[in-house]
Amino acid sequence: MDFEFDDDHRMLAEQIRDFAFKEVARGAEDRDHSAAMTDDLLQQLRELGLFGIAIPEEYGGAGMGTVASTIVVEEVSKACAGTGVLLSAHTSLCVDPILRFGSAEQKKKYLPRMASGELIGCLSLTEPGSGSDAGAATCRAELKDDGWHIEGTKIFITNGKEAGVMVLIAVTDPDEPKRRLSAFIVDKPMKGLRIGKLEKKLGIKCSSTAEFAFEDCVVPRAALLGERGRGMRVALATLDGGRIGIAGQALGIAQACLYEAAKYAKTRVQFGQPIGKFQAIQSKIADMGVGVEAARLLTYRAAWLKDQGREYGQAAAMAKLFASEVASKAANHAVQVFGGYGYICDYPVERFLRDAKITELYEGTSEIHRLVIARGLAG
Amino acid sequence: MDFELSDDLAALQDVARDFAAEHIAPHARKWDREADISREVVTKLAELGFLGIFAPTEYGGAGLGDLAASVIMEEVARHCGATALMLDAHNALCSAHIIRAANDEQKKKYLTKLARGDYLGAWALTEPGCGSDAAALTTTAKLEGDHWALNGAKQWITNGHYAGVYVVMARTKPEGGAKGISAFLVERGTPGFEIGPKEDKMGMRGSDTVGLMFDNCRIPKENLCGKLNEGFIDAMKVLERGRITISAMSVGLARGALEESLSYAKQRTAFGKPIFEHQSVQFMLADMAMEIDAGRLLTRKAADLSDSGKSSNIEASMAKLFTSEMATRACLNAIQIHGGNGYTKEVPVERYMRDAKLCEIGEGSSQIQRIIISRHYLES
Repeated sequence: MDFEFDDDHRMLAEQIRDFAFKEVARGAEDRDHSAAMTDDLLQQLRELGLFGIAIPEEYGGAGMGTVASTIVVEEVSKACAGTGVLLSAHTSLCVDPILRFGSAEQKKKYLPRMASGELIGCLSLTEPGSGSDAGAATCRAELKDDGWHIEGTKIFITNGKEAGVMVLIAVTDPDEPKRRLSAFIVDKPMKGLRIGKLEKKLGIKCSSTAEFAFEDCVVPRAALLGERGRGMRVALATLDGGRIGIAGQALGIAQACLYEAAKYAKTRVQFGQPIGKFQAIQSKIADMGVGVEAARLLTYRAAWLKDQGREYGQAAAMAKLFASEVASKAANHAVQVFGGYGYICDYPVERFLRDAKITELYEGTSEIHRLVIARGLAG
Repeated sequence: MDFELSDDLAALQDVARDFAAEHIAPHARKWDREADISREVVTKLAELGFLGIFAPTEYGGAGLGDLAASVIMEEVARHCGATALMLDAHNALCSAHIIRAANDEQKKKYLTKLARGDYLGAWALTEPGCGSDAAALTTTAKLEGDHWALNGAKQWITNGHYAGVYVVMARTKPEGGAKGISAFLVERGTPGFEIGPKEDKMGMRGSDTVGLMFDNCRIPKENLCGKLNEGFIDAMKVLERGRITISAMSVGLARGALEESLSYAKQRTAFGKPIFEHQSVQFMLADMAMEIDAGRLLTRKAADLSDSGKSSNIEASMAKLFTSEMATRACLNAIQIHGGNGYTKEVPVERYMRDAKLCEIGEGSSQIQRIIISRHYLES
């Protein structure tokens, strides 16, 4: 066994930590208030090669795999979870399914531009009427002579504003219960694709969450990703991997909460001593620390298994469920340690609390994760 | 990175698992009821080398590390917490203290017997008046010519009823606090050394727990174990590693709770389907499985650090805190899943729950672990 990062991963973590501390943290509060990503930051992420971290070198990426992409999401999320999820969604929800299910031409067409960050990726899966029950999607893709005609609405699309390409899940075979859905790679902008409202959210405000309305949007035949009728498999496999990214994001948030709370507890004096001298505060700090370390091990175990080409679905579900609940608990503890100061926007912990909550909801709610894990136990 | 056990350790795991299933599982209920694990199983464990896990091979031990010990402890505790606790006190407390602090002659004399199982080992720190605040201990040792004279009392000494040798912490400098404590090797039967009756406990009943009384108990001068007045440091280091062993025990108990619950939930039906198909049961099982994996990872990380000679103090405390609390949760949920059956002694989960509770108390309570862990963040 060996629980440590190898040298490449350690150097990457140091580099991204340094970058996040200096560059990502600086505008995090403003981006939260304005609910917008900045072009400058996107450009910095491109220049660092963070969009191509898990893309093989032959397509212009760093070819570093899932442990590395998780490190990036974790470190960036310590400073700004909204920026963290932009990278996570790009890599695990769009790059990953193209890598796994894409044809040679599709990979050649999209991956180099995704590696450079020229094209940012997203996944169009959720609909107004289908969230956890993804199989109940109604967005239709019908094959006609000139290509696939897409009709319907997708919502809650992370990176929807910035994205230049998406993986879309749509109904191709409504009468085939087990093969209703297919996956597509769709460019954006695209005629017949209207970007609806951008959601106003509780947290991760600088990450865009968009609605896509497809009104007789025609995409080429070659846009089909993987086999026709296997869209559910693409969606589930993609979410399996996405969970590792979200676990990394949650881990980053939890770590930031612990860091801020400990720093504050050392300097805030009440009853004649730093509040960190009181067992009431120590106990919270300890629980945050244990949660973070356990979440870290579960997260990187899942990432490592994926990189090894081993079965990782159960491990990823455990990592995401555990880390997301740790993040919410840690953020709540952090606000409590800060007291009234934690509730105002002069300190970052209220943002962490708002940001943490999403990790329990997206890419599978905690409830869905418990079902996934239990199903895995059925054996 | 590598999150898997090596082939050697996986093979060791198989041996321990098979042994526990064959020689421990069928008897654990009886041992609990009669408050005594059989001496026969202790002999068998010795034959397997599990009474000399850490002892170097030159002293007849297996020369293994904390990762190996954690693998063994999980498998044993899966079926019987009491047998695991006996192994813990023997290997991770008594033998580990001797390995760490004793001189070569002492090692030859005692470790060999401990590894063979001729002696069971006990370790005595806690007193009636001091548990968590161990440095406040009041048992004294005074040098009188060629002998040390021990006076005082020890409490809650695991293996104390059967042990052949005891590592006893006593005060050698009246005002020294933690820096005035030394460790001594005391043999069973030494005049002035009395062993009290077995405690009647909630759980871990098969493991014997006693008080020790020292009334002008004279032991040879050379039985000082380690450096004079540095016994407390050794004791704390022993406890630090012992926490890894307790963590592995907790994981084993929780795994027992999960495995029993899973098989019960698959065959017990309610509302026309196995209760495993009901979300409320699935959720409990999922949480158990997730927390067991998290706890095992924390435990093995601490063990791996310790084996590679790196500091594992914080990691061991984290593992111990997390696993002991999650084991109690898992066992309580296991009883819940078993319903009324779980409240009877017909199924083992109530025993696991009683056993698991000890892990939150022994070798540093959860409250002490939280203080240790918080210091890492608040004093750095």
